[in-house]
Amino acid sequence: MEEHDVDESEQKLEAEVAPALIAVHPYQKFVSVAVGSDLRVFSFQHGSAAQLLDETGGHKDSIRAIRYSKSGKLFVSGGDDKLVKVWDTDFWRCVYSVVSEKRVTSLAVSGDDKFVSFADKFGVVYVVDIGDYDDENRAPDRKEAVPILSHYCSIITRLDFSPDGQYIISADRDFKIRVTLFSKERLEGAHEIQCFCLGHTEFVSSIAFASSQDYAQGLLVSGSGDSTVRLWDYNSGSLLDTCEIGTKAGLLNSNQKQEDVLPAVTDLCETYDGSLVAAAIQSLQGIMLLRCNFSARTLSIAKVVSIAGETFIPTSISSASSVPLLWMVMGASSLSSTDSALLARVRVVSGLGADSEPIVPETSVVEDKDVPGGEPLLQALQGRLTIGEEASLATAEAVKTATRNLLIKKQYSAERRDFRKRGRNDKKIKP
Amino acid sequence: METKGEESSPTDGDKMLEHDSISNSTTHSKTTGLPRKRFYRARAHSNPLSDSHFPVPISPAHFENDCTAHFPKFFPNGSKKIEFADIGCGFGGLLISLATLFPDTLMIGMELRDKVTEYVKERILALRASSPGRYDNVSVVRTNSMKYIPNYFEKAQLTKMFFLFPDPHFKEKNHRRRVISPHLLDEYAYVLKVGGIIYTISDVEELGAWMTGCLDDHELFEPVTEEELAADPVVELLSTATEEGQKVARNEGQTFRAVYRRIASSHAR
Repeated sequence: MEEHDVDESEQKLEAEVAPALIAVHPYQKFVSVAVGSDLRVFSFQHGSAAQLLDETGGHKDSIRAIRYSKSGKLFVSGGDDKLVKVWDTDFWRCVYSVVSEKRVTSLAVSGDDKFVSFADKFGVVYVVDIGDYDDENRAPDRKEAVPILSHYCSIITRLDFSPDGQYIISADRDFKIRVTLFSKERLEGAHEIQCFCLGHTEFVSSIAFASSQDYAQGLLVSGSGDSTVRLWDYNSGSLLDTCEIGTKAGLLNSNQKQEDVLPAVTDLCETYDGSLVAAAIQSLQGIMLLRCNFSARTLSIAKVVSIAGETFIPTSISSASSVPLLWMVMGASSLSSTDSALLARVRVVSGLGADSEPIVPETSVVEDKDVPGGEPLLQALQGRLTIGEEASLATAEAVKTATRNLLIKKQYSAERRDFRKRGRNDKKIKP
Repeated sequence: METKGEESSPTDGDKMLEHDSISNSTTHSKTTGLPRKRFYRARAHSNPLSDSHFPVPISPAHFENDCTAHFPKFFPNGSKKIEFADIGCGFGGLLISLATLFPDTLMIGMELRDKVTEYVKERILALRASSPGRYDNVSVVRTNSMKYIPNYFEKAQLTKMFFLFPDPHFKEKNHRRRVISPHLLDEYAYVLKVGGIIYTISDVEELGAWMTGCLDDHELFEPVTEEELAADPVVELLSTATEEGQKVARNEGQTFRAVYRRIASSHAR
């Protein structure tokens, strides 16, 4: 019995570890990294860290989601402190701190900068009208979030608005993606579901849109714990293609045991070349690029970009829509107040060119000395210039365990289940 | 007489269930072939928040494959789709009545409790055996309908949905666990065709008021008129066909009905 208790408290600790996040301004004016409750922003214009102005002193607990709006004028952050902060990127002033009932798990900003949508740990999606963010007379303390839809008792892992703003898309831990009609008339409730994209066999971890000049409305791409990336027509919910990245990319090396689970897709992001989507995968030291073919409606692996020379497994990836660079961060918040707390390592991949020719993109991993923003950027976002190998390994393991605990259903053995139910009247042995 | 059967304790009965040979076990009456409820007793309350261990279809297309097992006379080579769903069907009273009232319509019961689902399965099989040609259109599945309805049914597939005597979850903090709630109605509206009907009934006045309130407030539902209710043969079954309903009648309790129609959205697209 004792070992069960220890086991549970360990799991609880591991579940609290928050992966580091990265977000790039659409015109690459800024790069933001969030580690634990720390929000770090580097300004290219000034060549230094941006000063964040917030009356409440920033986030008080792990940040779980960060995002720039399409225009770049707004930045949003939210997480375990049950707050969603909206920042005006001109002065990095926090214009709103919206209170959430539960911990915040994901965020999205509408294309017109008018609405922020966030989801909590219980599966409820809220919308806040922030259209008046630059109005001097706004009341910063009285912004209320309205619940517009929910995934019953399911953790929502990603939220996004469709490129034309017609839909709000929510992905959850219970393998589902829901596409719901959204408009300013539906602020009291988005009741009309357009479709569900069903096909994943494990939690959906991330979503992104692949688009092109000729196909502006785009196709939906989703990554999951089932080790696949899937392509969907989000108007109808049809599954167009499935990419088995775990098996295809030969990610299983000889060190892995038979029983090991296929690696989960942990993050996706759109790139400068709209038809290329980048994927971060558990245990992959680098990223994978997937190409979407809009006429054939297929998705295929274009390239695997490996990072050599250090242990680097990205926990979050991001790209500016106007610059052919991909930014990645590896890190995690830590519970112990040791040196490895709030570790973040930033790397960059270049060469995600604009040609839509079906050739393998000429990518290359950028060395630290050539990173845009140089040492000041690395210092500001990483906290320091170099990260030890041991710390990197520890981080990778902690994040892997945290993801597993959060998103994969706990499977108890039959004896364990009976033990847990021992107090129930109908389980008691009759004399 | 089956003296051994009468004296055996419920735990012995459970063990017999596990051994799968139905016709010889004492869990079924020798005279009617129907399963006996006392071997399938379960707590009235089941936790809808826990992730129980039953298989869930990945999508409605995957569930169609299972339909061959559920409705062997209609599948494969069937073009019919399930049209009626009884959510929280309990011991199956409503479904059994509906099956003969609508012999050409496919209908399914959804129930969270394992033993109760088994009971309904056995009941249907026994009825199919004793009345050949009838009851081929009804089946039951063990599932959590609060989480997985979209996995079973396509958009606008159903023409009727039933919620009979749902768990009232009296405490205010548990109201969000109610099977009829503003957010869950989005999903029910999704699987119901425009014009499809949702039938709810309860013997708890507060819950009846709650369900009526949720349906009134939801933009995709409108109340069915009294004239239509009077003309609908299903309405009477709501209070008479189920165990729960019969118990309420025995105790001379009141019932509170809310029957609504799924309508098209009024928003411009």
